[in-house]
Amino acid sequence: MANAHVHPETQEERLIEEHGYDDHFHEHHHGDKFQSNFLTTYIFSQDHKIIARQFLITGMIWAIIGGLMSLVFRLQLGFPDESLAWLKPVLGKWITVSEAGVGTLSQEFYYALVTMHGTIIVFFVLTAGLSGTFSNLLIPLQVGARDMASPFLNMLSYWFFFLASVVMFASLFLSTGPFAGGWTAYPPLSALPQASDGSGTGMTLWIISLVFFVVSVLLGGINYITTVLNLRTKGMSMWRMPLTIWAFFVTAILGLLSFPVLASGFFLLMFDRGLGTSFYLSEIFIGGQALDHVGGSPILYQHLFWFLGHPEVYIIILPAMGIVSEVLSVHARKAIFGYKAMVYSILAIGFLSFIVWAHHMFMSGVNPFISNFFVIFTLIIAVPSAVKVFNWITTLYKGNIRFTAASLFAIGFVSMFISGGLTGIFLGNSAIDIQMHDTYFVVAHFHIVMGVAAFFGMFAGVYHWFPKMFGRFMNETLGKIHFWITMVGAYAIFWPMHYLGMAGVPRRYYRFDTFETFRHFAEMNKFITVAAVIVFAAQLLLVINFFYSIWKGKKMTNPNPWGASTLEWTTPINVGHGNWAGKIPAVQRWPYDYGKDGREFIPQIEPLKDGESDGGH
Amino acid sequence: MTSNASVAKTNTRNKIHPHKFALWAACAGIVMMFASLTSAYLVRQAAGNWLEFRLPEIFFASTGAIVASSLTLHGSYLAFMRGNAGLYRGLMVATVILGLAFLVLQYEGWQALVDIGVPLKTNPSGDFIYVISGLHAAHVLGGIGVLTVALLHAFMLEYKVTPNRKVRFELTLTYWHFVDALWVYLLVFFILSA
Repeated sequence: MANAHVHPETQEERLIEEHGYDDHFHEHHHGDKFQSNFLTTYIFSQDHKIIARQFLITGMIWAIIGGLMSLVFRLQLGFPDESLAWLKPVLGKWITVSEAGVGTLSQEFYYALVTMHGTIIVFFVLTAGLSGTFSNLLIPLQVGARDMASPFLNMLSYWFFFLASVVMFASLFLSTGPFAGGWTAYPPLSALPQASDGSGTGMTLWIISLVFFVVSVLLGGINYITTVLNLRTKGMSMWRMPLTIWAFFVTAILGLLSFPVLASGFFLLMFDRGLGTSFYLSEIFIGGQALDHVGGSPILYQHLFWFLGHPEVYIIILPAMGIVSEVLSVHARKAIFGYKAMVYSILAIGFLSFIVWAHHMFMSGVNPFISNFFVIFTLIIAVPSAVKVFNWITTLYKGNIRFTAASLFAIGFVSMFISGGLTGIFLGNSAIDIQMHDTYFVVAHFHIVMGVAAFFGMFAGVYHWFPKMFGRFMNETLGKIHFWITMVGAYAIFWPMHYLGMAGVPRRYYRFDTFETFRHFAEMNKFITVAAVIVFAAQLLLVINFFYSIWKGKKMTNPNPWGASTLEWTTPINVGHGNWAGKIPAVQRWPYDYGKDGREFIPQIEPLKDGESDGGH
Repeated sequence: MTSNASVAKTNTRNKIHPHKFALWAACAGIVMMFASLTSAYLVRQAAGNWLEFRLPEIFFASTGAIVASSLTLHGSYLAFMRGNAGLYRGLMVATVILGLAFLVLQYEGWQALVDIGVPLKTNPSGDFIYVISGLHAAHVLGGIGVLTVALLHAFMLEYKVTPNRKVRFELTLTYWHFVDALWVYLLVFFILSA
């Protein structure tokens, strides 16, 4: 690929030759020294594009595991009297088979499943799998850099995630089961090894895994921030960055400032668990015995946890928002509406995310007067969120929309974000939270607004940038079937949960048919479970499509198949380490020149004509 | 590493080296960690049942050691830049010794806490000091690792000021000043909040 002096064939290549920034990359001839064999090319790679694929595929594996877990507990909730004996070969001792042959799921393991589902999806899939994948893939490509600021730390970031994955995966096979105290790991369940089966070794592995995970996020985040601020190519001012980059950039800052706080919370937890201190533990009787812990405060843990926990939901949703902005604009063949407003709203959401954490604790005994403060800031988040939604819709308005799988998922994201966001306004009020907290209303809210929506953003990204990752296309028809089943199915799962929640049905319960009050929801629970099974099956279409297309998909012939103006499409179809074969392109304009001056799109590398205004400014 | 470092370096026209910026970002993360711990300290203290005691004086000695080590490392850096190879090496050795002395004195400090009747598990007021100073010591230990590399460079490589070595030295220097300042903050915090 050291063909810096080949004759440029396309207009893009000519422009790069003319205006590109010459960084003498190939004169060093050691850019690929570390990629000479299989191990250093595909396993311990320092190429951000390979690391992105590693994050994506690891995330997919975790998504399948986490999704299957949810099916098991949905079966339990939808069909509490049906035999689960057929799961015995997989779940082993967690299914007890009676003499009549009826298999029952262990109650302890039900909690473990709920806990692991949350932990896996929030951290491993929607944090590592989403921002790990797309920040890695797109930051260097879209800002015009050869690689991350430190490719070595970037590689470490993936391998710490891998280590976290291995530890968490191992905890699933413990004889006492994985941790079962909820994904938030509140003490005392997380602090006392004797509190439940999963609180022993299961919790120890959980906390070790998450400490590795924090290290992974920090190493990645430091790299993303530095790359965005320091390695942008000539002409790529901050106001010429695509919204994807803005979103990844703010996401990384949120991670850098909030994950260390989680680590602090975990250190105190480890001391309580291992060394008998009393940071979180107050006077407790367990098994009829008084423990000698005095005066600790479990609320302190909740503060530390949610100081990460709330920014974490924006760490999940902001990358999805960035991807959606980009995909919508490209496929609507229209400039994103209100580019600057989009950037300011990302910044506003990022800032506000740090001062709303106690809205997760309204019912934990925090002072109601302090709650007021958090209610107000929580509701203010609706403002930048509404700005974004308005801008996405106006971007589509009068657009020349191509309904590809990617753009369908991006539009689906907007729908999910609106319906999930509206219920957030209910929950953000501390008074309404008295009724709603810990019910299925909460479950419905966060699954739609940050679960399904973030997945939609991720799917849009996968369909859109798959050609960049693998040089081939995914099957569009399968992609559209995947979209429609998921779109309808996800609402079928989570919409009814709002009604359950308003009626006061609590989350995390093992079964509801034993409660007179909740018995009439049996049919609704069945319906939700059936929908969940169908939606999960539809995700297999994506998995099949993804892996089939890596090797057998339609080959890419045009380096810029979607007609997008951003820099990643100016690289060759088979991108080597270093991204551009010759010079790095210089940027001449903002990234959203679509349908301007009668042209479908104008690449960012094309110089402004005399008197032509630059969109972002 | 070197080839990749050059990927980063050749690509920048900014005033700050990307690796230096990355280090500052990492420091911001570490600051958040200690800020949250000291906040937790204040929140827990306000809840009552808080044992009051005087911080053992040995912690002032350790503070002296780490502040002095910062000064010697800075001196070593200046000597390195001005071509005084002997002073550069000598002050580097002094820095490592002072850094190790800090860790030993911290350990002595924990012993002194036990001696005045505040071992671990007595009360969160003491436990917080163990956790916070322990976590800080872990960061200093990381710094000692970096200093050891710098020490090996000082004695095993031929004395030469190259851009690469300058950047590496400056990274070491920044981190070491950072853990020093962090400890001074923590000490002042412990004194003022008690």
